Amino acid sequence: MSAVIDDHGHVGHDHHHGPAKGLSRWLLTTNHKDIGSMYLWFSFCAFLLGGSMAMVIRAELFQPGLQIVQPEFFNQMTTMHGLIMVFGAVMPAFVGLANWMIPLMIGAPDMALPRMNNFSFWLLPAAFGLLVSTLFMEGGGPNFGWTFYAPLSTTYAPESVTFFIFAIHLMGISSIMGAINVVATILNLRAPGMTLMKMPLFVWTWLITAFLLIAVMPVLAGVVTMMLMDIHFGTSFFSAAGGGDPVLFQHVFWFFGHPEVYIMILPAFGAVSSIIPAFSRKPLFGYTSMVYATGAIAFLSFIVWAHHMFTVGIPLTGELFFMYATMLIAVPTGVKVFNWVSTMWRGSLTFEAPMLFAVAFVILFTIGGFSGLMLAIAPADFQYHDTYFVVAHFHYVLVPGAIFGIFASAYYWLPKWTGHMYDETLAKLHFWMSFIGMNLAFFPMHFVGLAGMPRRIPDYNMMFANFNMVSSVGAFMFGATQLLFLFIVIKCIRGGAPAPAKPWDGAEGLEWSVPSPAPYHTFQTPPDMSDVHEHRKGTGGELTP
Amino acid sequence: MNEALSTRRLVRRLVFVVIGMFGFGFLLVPIYDVMCQAFGINGKTAGAYTGAQSADEARAVRVQFLATNAAGMQWQFGPQADQISVHPGATQEIRFVAYNPTDKPMTAQAIPSVSPSRAAAYFHKTECFCFTQQVLQPGERIEMPVRFIVDRDLPADVHHLTLAYTLFDITSRQPPVAVNATSAPAKESLQ
Repeated sequence: MSAVIDDHGHVGHDHHHGPAKGLSRWLLTTNHKDIGSMYLWFSFCAFLLGGSMAMVIRAELFQPGLQIVQPEFFNQMTTMHGLIMVFGAVMPAFVGLANWMIPLMIGAPDMALPRMNNFSFWLLPAAFGLLVSTLFMEGGGPNFGWTFYAPLSTTYAPESVTFFIFAIHLMGISSIMGAINVVATILNLRAPGMTLMKMPLFVWTWLITAFLLIAVMPVLAGVVTMMLMDIHFGTSFFSAAGGGDPVLFQHVFWFFGHPEVYIMILPAFGAVSSIIPAFSRKPLFGYTSMVYATGAIAFLSFIVWAHHMFTVGIPLTGELFFMYATMLIAVPTGVKVFNWVSTMWRGSLTFEAPMLFAVAFVILFTIGGFSGLMLAIAPADFQYHDTYFVVAHFHYVLVPGAIFGIFASAYYWLPKWTGHMYDETLAKLHFWMSFIGMNLAFFPMHFVGLAGMPRRIPDYNMMFANFNMVSSVGAFMFGATQLLFLFIVIKCIRGGAPAPAKPWDGAEGLEWSVPSPAPYHTFQTPPDMSDVHEHRKGTGGELTP
Repeated sequence: MNEALSTRRLVRRLVFVVIGMFGFGFLLVPIYDVMCQAFGINGKTAGAYTGAQSADEARAVRVQFLATNAAGMQWQFGPQADQISVHPGATQEIRFVAYNPTDKPMTAQAIPSVSPSRAAAYFHKTECFCFTQQVLQPGERIEMPVRFIVDRDLPADVHHLTLAYTLFDITSRQPPVAVNATSAPAKESLQ
């Protein structure tokens, strides 16, 4: 099998098919690695932009009273922070990782639809340019929260809401095309003998994520289209005056919104399922159960949406159904956490930066999962609803969940991308600063939330002052630390110890069989995987020849 | 190439799924309406009730009335009584009064809602001004009747319920037919 890839390492051969020079390389590229890099850089820019909005929010909340910004602008900051982080930072980061790694992991030469890949990336700058430009329009940008509940986002919305709707349409189209590409790549371009049950879990989780995207992004497009029609064409989907119902908005939105939260976490599950075995030097425990658990989570995500709206007045049977269905999600998620812990159990563990982020992911995501269970209890949710407890919950699943998963992936695969080892000391500093900052920022939010502090409010009762100051200090620390990450990545691209093809001795997978940095074209002749055992045959990952 | 062909077929299928789910988003609208009316979700009441029931003299339920103007609505709008006591099964009538203080003819639509929402399915309106739109000339005032029956099967632990109307200005959507002010007929009731 190793003979297959030898000719790609040959420099002279590579030269003729190397990247074009200058700007047109990036504008016109159909190479999955280039597009993956662009997605990752785009997502990092969005992360810094959305993060700086979070800094504005935390600066205002540093003390009670209004000091820095007015409530109108504060609302725009909370809204844009959420939208940019969800649609601009987390989702494109995972699409970037998918672009880079899925072809390498399944032995494919590229994505199945390379030109559509280029288009789906370049829609994103257009979409976010449009979205961010609304901040400079008369009347300001979206100020109705990232969930844009009607009628706040229809009857009472600023004029710029039309641009917001169009931006959502564009990023939705981009996500759908990206998802179709991922499905087509995984189902059609696997190397011979690479059966589904031989795929790394990152590929599995992305396959399932892509189906979720294909199923729910059109519903999001539908709901913003209804808003558009209500605002401009006189329909009354969400207007009671014409026989519509604002609560309908919440149902349709959360039918999209709940699978969306799994879209943001499942690929992280997959990446962590590669990283933990690599640094435990053991095969992943329970590969098959991981696959089925992911499928179960994806299925359950479609039947729990109303747990976001327990307080709108749904019938008791409805509350019970959604409460129990939500709690049921803890079962497959528990299977996953159990498998990660069992993988580490009696392993030869080392704690390089990817492992540190992955272990923190397991611990902190579990905390976020537990607060999710608390919120799932319908009668208790009446107390927690729209308080900082909710903010604490979803930041615990998204920051140490999705974001730490992305950091872990970045450090794990940076040697493969750049051909250099990153600076381990700085990376560990990045981890510890992020870990401490993130917990300082979000843990106190549990307490102020339980005590009744409402979310999306620029001012608060004096009794919440101390915890909010701690939160703000932690948030500033977390935010500033991300500049260190930028520095580490740039330093790694520009130089550092040369990375071998497989820099992590416990790592498994086809991506480590190509040289570092990965050549511009890989696996033009597919590797033969037919003599490699399936994970379920019990021997674990012997995917590396 | 076989691979390209199967990719094309797969993409076509996935695009159908995308279009289907876009349609499903809109399909949720009628589904939601049907579910709301079937289960009385969100305080939604059904249309005109045609049945009749005998009064349950042994039981009395307090029905409270609320009238609210939606944002921008300038009419004066309110019930003639804040609350009445009714026997389940008996037909009751209450009148709401609306007055247009502006100098323009206006159209309004009232939207009812019943609390607690699980009682909504047991609150039947045999006649309601909310079934139609109201047009008031400048300075005109009308009394609008609501006839209703509280179902005998109302759960025993519900002792009072609230019928709330929100009045919306829909003049821009349904421009009122201009009526000659001198020959405006006195309206006894709305059709």
